[in-house]
Amino acid sequence: MSVVGTSVARKDGIGKATGAAKYADDLSIPGMLFGRTVRSTIPCGRVKRIRYDFDTTGFTIVDRRDIPLDGRNVVALIEDDQPFLVERDVRHVAEPIVLLAHADREKLLAADVIIEYEVEPPVFDPEASTESLKTLTIDKGHLDAGFAQADVIVEGTYRTGHQEHVYIEPNGVIAVPEDGGIAIFGSIQCPFYVVKALKSLLGPKAHVRVVQTETGGGFGGKEEYPSMIAGHATLLALKAGLPVKIVYDRTEDMIATTKRHPSIVRHRTGVKRDGTLVAMDVEVILDGGAYITLSPVVLSRGCIHAAGPYRCDNVRIRGRAMLTNTPPNGAFRGFGAPQTIFAIEAHMDRIAEALGVDPVTIRERNALVPGDTTATGQRLTADCSALPVLREAVERTDFRRKREALRGTNRGIGLSLFYHGSGFTGSGELRLASKAALELTDHGVRILVSSTEIGQGTRTMHAQIVAETLGIPYEDVDVAQPDTTLVPDSGPTVASRTCMVVGRILQRCAEDLKRRLGDLTPAEYYRAHGPFTIVREHEPPGWIQWDDETYTGDAYATYAWGCDVVEVELDADTCEVRPLHLTAVQEVGKAIHPALARGQIEGGSAQGIGYAIVEHVAMRDGVMANASLTNYTIPTTLDTPAMDIVLLENPYEDGPFGAKGLGELPMDGPAPAVINALRHLGVDLSEIPATPERVMSACGSR
Amino acid sequence: MHDPDAPDSDESPHRLTRRGFLTQAGMAGVASVAAAMPLVGAAEAAPVPEAPDIPGTVPVALRINGTTHRIRIDPRATLLDTLRETVHLTGTKKGCDHGQCGACTVHVNGQRVNSCLRLALMHEGDDITTIEGIGVPEALHPMQAAFVAHDGYQCGYCTSGQIMSAVALLKEPCGPSDADVKELMSGNICRCGAYPNIVAAIQQVRGNTRVSEG
Repeated sequence: MSVVGTSVARKDGIGKATGAAKYADDLSIPGMLFGRTVRSTIPCGRVKRIRYDFDTTGFTIVDRRDIPLDGRNVVALIEDDQPFLVERDVRHVAEPIVLLAHADREKLLAADVIIEYEVEPPVFDPEASTESLKTLTIDKGHLDAGFAQADVIVEGTYRTGHQEHVYIEPNGVIAVPEDGGIAIFGSIQCPFYVVKALKSLLGPKAHVRVVQTETGGGFGGKEEYPSMIAGHATLLALKAGLPVKIVYDRTEDMIATTKRHPSIVRHRTGVKRDGTLVAMDVEVILDGGAYITLSPVVLSRGCIHAAGPYRCDNVRIRGRAMLTNTPPNGAFRGFGAPQTIFAIEAHMDRIAEALGVDPVTIRERNALVPGDTTATGQRLTADCSALPVLREAVERTDFRRKREALRGTNRGIGLSLFYHGSGFTGSGELRLASKAALELTDHGVRILVSSTEIGQGTRTMHAQIVAETLGIPYEDVDVAQPDTTLVPDSGPTVASRTCMVVGRILQRCAEDLKRRLGDLTPAEYYRAHGPFTIVREHEPPGWIQWDDETYTGDAYATYAWGCDVVEVELDADTCEVRPLHLTAVQEVGKAIHPALARGQIEGGSAQGIGYAIVEHVAMRDGVMANASLTNYTIPTTLDTPAMDIVLLENPYEDGPFGAKGLGELPMDGPAPAVINALRHLGVDLSEIPATPERVMSACGSR
Repeated sequence: MHDPDAPDSDESPHRLTRRGFLTQAGMAGVASVAAAMPLVGAAEAAPVPEAPDIPGTVPVALRINGTTHRIRIDPRATLLDTLRETVHLTGTKKGCDHGQCGACTVHVNGQRVNSCLRLALMHEGDDITTIEGIGVPEALHPMQAAFVAHDGYQCGYCTSGQIMSAVALLKEPCGPSDADVKELMSGNICRCGAYPNIVAAIQQVRGNTRVSEG
């Protein structure tokens, strides 16, 4: 039998197709109240006075003084700087100040809380900000010596805007008082992040149980913010002694929760006449928003990917994430890499243009091959596929001929070459020490992991790995709902690690379980000896060496590789950019479930097309001014181009059946390919999204 | 025990015992939802609080999936909120509540509508169909089966709306090509980007082989 590599029926298919799957807002609990968050209306200042201008009968009201004595008013994540509720200082619009709960939603929404502030001048420009949340430098070789060898120096500045996740299910949780503590049911990517945050809020001894309900998309947007909402619902529920549900409406979700970090990336590159890169000086600036949250690690991944999939002996990458008085930016599919890969890939086409060579030639000359080292000094092995993906994409699209054929038309074609590190950076996976478990059942086995199904196919893909390893039918593998009192901490469902890392632990569990079963089937063993559970911890490959101080070493256990080719049409009258066709050639190690893998690439590419062309967050006075799906548009089926998805396989030896991480990779490629297609049309843009206004002003300067 | 204001259901196997409208919705529907959520062990035992009389509600009889539900609702309640909060059919989803995303698509007399843009009160006498009314796991609607076969979803949150739109599309004037299907499905947003598989599922049910677009 062979279930890995086939597109079996999804475990969650029937529930989703019949409407039976239960999402957070579909649940109701006896006596439940509804919660509401009263938020700041200024970007910077201090709260002077809070007045309740309504009849408070029947209301539960919570402010910072309701934080339990054993607890702390911080959303524990990387640093302890962001409060659940404003103490006094306000750092951004929509910062939570007061919480209300009531059984009657209409009364709840009508309650008027008047907050008086002392206003201070805000900072919105990350380059004008004097407060950095994180800085880092990657240094390789000798930059000056590199520039001394250069025949040509090419400079460029590239900018990307915010991007909103727009998971179709808004954020939501229900908090239920339980055993003197709290149980949370919610739309959550990382249940144990919520446990950590609530233990900080309530005190380390508090009973905390977190259960992930069916989750209507995450894309990183439900990595850290659910901790905040869960904290709010918890405070209200404990004070009221009743369950409390908080579900954001679309506008609140867009205004208050995290987005992709806007970026400014400057490149200064020394290159020889023959196209060889000899010096790369890169400056990366991220707008972190008002609190640290995940910005240091977003900056880290962004900087590590900033030199692109290219060989260069002399590289300096300096990064800083700056504080501004806007809601904190956070995790979003790609996690810093889409920003820096946009910059390097747009820059590579400028270098090609400066040298008078085509975009393929400049990349062929410099693409990483096995044996080369990355900017952090990581020596790549046989699972490096930059050239194979490039060659396949160029050949498949007949890129060079098509580029010539389109000249003089209103169509352009561009490409991008990119890579994405799988799993946590450096020693991150070692520190996480993730666990997974397999439990024998009366008919097969049950998977116990905290990795969440958020649409990407976690349950299905994990069950395939286990079924294949045990040699039992896929249908005999069950997957437990993530409940932090029942499943081990498998680490967060982020960083393209759920298949490669957690899948590998499950494979090891299955190997152990198989040995124990001997010649018996799971059902036979169960009948004879009863149930047992195997728990295993992740064992990162021993060769990984990483230095957090110097940013040198093996940044990732492996990388997945991609090359996108995008053809666009420019409307000469409206300056609208229409994507016509996208070819995505992506090397993912091994596709455990080809249909799911293609789905990840189609979906990530659609989000990348949106990021490139239409998704424009208009920030005005520190707040998203277009917080609705009418004014912040994402691709519909009509705006999504026809796609040709090509999966290449080049096994990573320590992944389950050779699998690498692939969830984020497809987000990296479309934006620079679109901008390069516009450059092919003669439109010199270095900023996304490529809105008609920007295209028009770039055309005007032609 | 008889309460003249209590909602009633002609054919439902268990009478709904709670009256609800948008502001009382959380208290309503306790029995059905708690049962569907076995993990809330502690909560299941809690007594069901009596909903107070709600002034301003009006009686309405809604025919949903072939069953007439006699309920009282706030005259301002949308069809979406009424379906979800009063009748407890939670398969229909709220993504934006402004008619922008299509997650709440249902059928009224066979035509697709955004239920968040309709007042429930205006649909007395109409035939309302939700995702729960077109098929069940043991007997899927061909469109549901095709979505499963083609992986026409990822997270599943927009899926009820997509399927309801797709089923309505079968009876609408729609050309044979993928582009025609895309045009008619453009009101249903899928952020996971399952669009190619959704189009494939619909084309399979329509009996069209895919017509590629240059």
